[in-house]
Amino acid sequence: MTQPHTQPHTQSHTQTQTQTQSATAKVAYADVEVGTELPARSFPVDRATLVRYAGASGDFNPIHWNEKFAKEVGLPDVIAHGMFTMAEAIRVVTDWTGDPGSVVEYGVRFTRPVVVPNDDRGAVIEVGGKVAAKLDDNTVRVDLTATSGGQKVLGMARAVVRLG
Amino acid sequence: MALDQSFVGRTYPPTAPYEVGREKIREFAEAVGDANPAYTDAEAAKSLGHPDVIAPPTFVFSITFKAAGQVIEDPQLGLDYSRVVHGDQKFAYVRPVRAGDRLTVTSTIEAIKSMAGNDILDIRGEVHDEAGEHVVTAWTKLVARAAEEA
Repeated sequence: MTQPHTQPHTQSHTQTQTQTQSATAKVAYADVEVGTELPARSFPVDRATLVRYAGASGDFNPIHWNEKFAKEVGLPDVIAHGMFTMAEAIRVVTDWTGDPGSVVEYGVRFTRPVVVPNDDRGAVIEVGGKVAAKLDDNTVRVDLTATSGGQKVLGMARAVVRLG
Repeated sequence: MALDQSFVGRTYPPTAPYEVGREKIREFAEAVGDANPAYTDAEAAKSLGHPDVIAPPTFVFSITFKAAGQVIEDPQLGLDYSRVVHGDQKFAYVRPVRAGDRLTVTSTIEAIKSMAGNDILDIRGEVHDEAGEHVVTAWTKLVARAAEEA
């Protein structure tokens, strides 16, 4: 039943980018200061990414895959699911702590859509984070930034995480 | 038209249980490109102290948003879903969602506001497991944009 401890199989180049960074690094509360920066990440997103996310999440709103529909409702083009962007942004935190179960709270405001053109390049979501406060119970608040095409796409993006 | 303020505080009946499957977690993790083994390898998850593979933090939204459909589609509330955008999202976790969980969601309308013709609806979804233990709370802010005048 159990698999050997190798990297999990992946079938897409877009998801293998930095997998070696994750899962083993542990961050100790005592080693973290206010202002400590988390490793920044870039997450590519193209139309295939959105179709795949639609299937996995069950969100089949056509604004995320149908250009004609998106333009009819006043959008510049197909846009990424806000929840996709939210899922990518927290990876900066979960890759930093290693344990996704360390996330105690996580919230964002969707300030602008991530526009995903059908041009074989798609879009890129750039995410950064830094420790904004040390809290009780070995927890810290991490403030995240997320931009695409130079525009801020998430506001008030904050996570509270429990460290070792 | 502004939504009826008397709906604030209304709680809808708990949903039928959603059973969290290992392969659904894997599918979601692959869709967001996250190769963290805690999502796919039970041994890796156990080494972090979890009894089975866990789900990425935002996975539970699919469950809570489906539950929020009771609110969104409540004909008495009368929200125009064709004009709705997702404003804010927040989660507070007691523990991570994991494979084998059977989760029910209880949705409550926390607030209704009207700003510049937009209707703003705050829905809280309380997620409990089969034992009745609280797992996570999800807050979803929906904004129904004002209808354009003809």
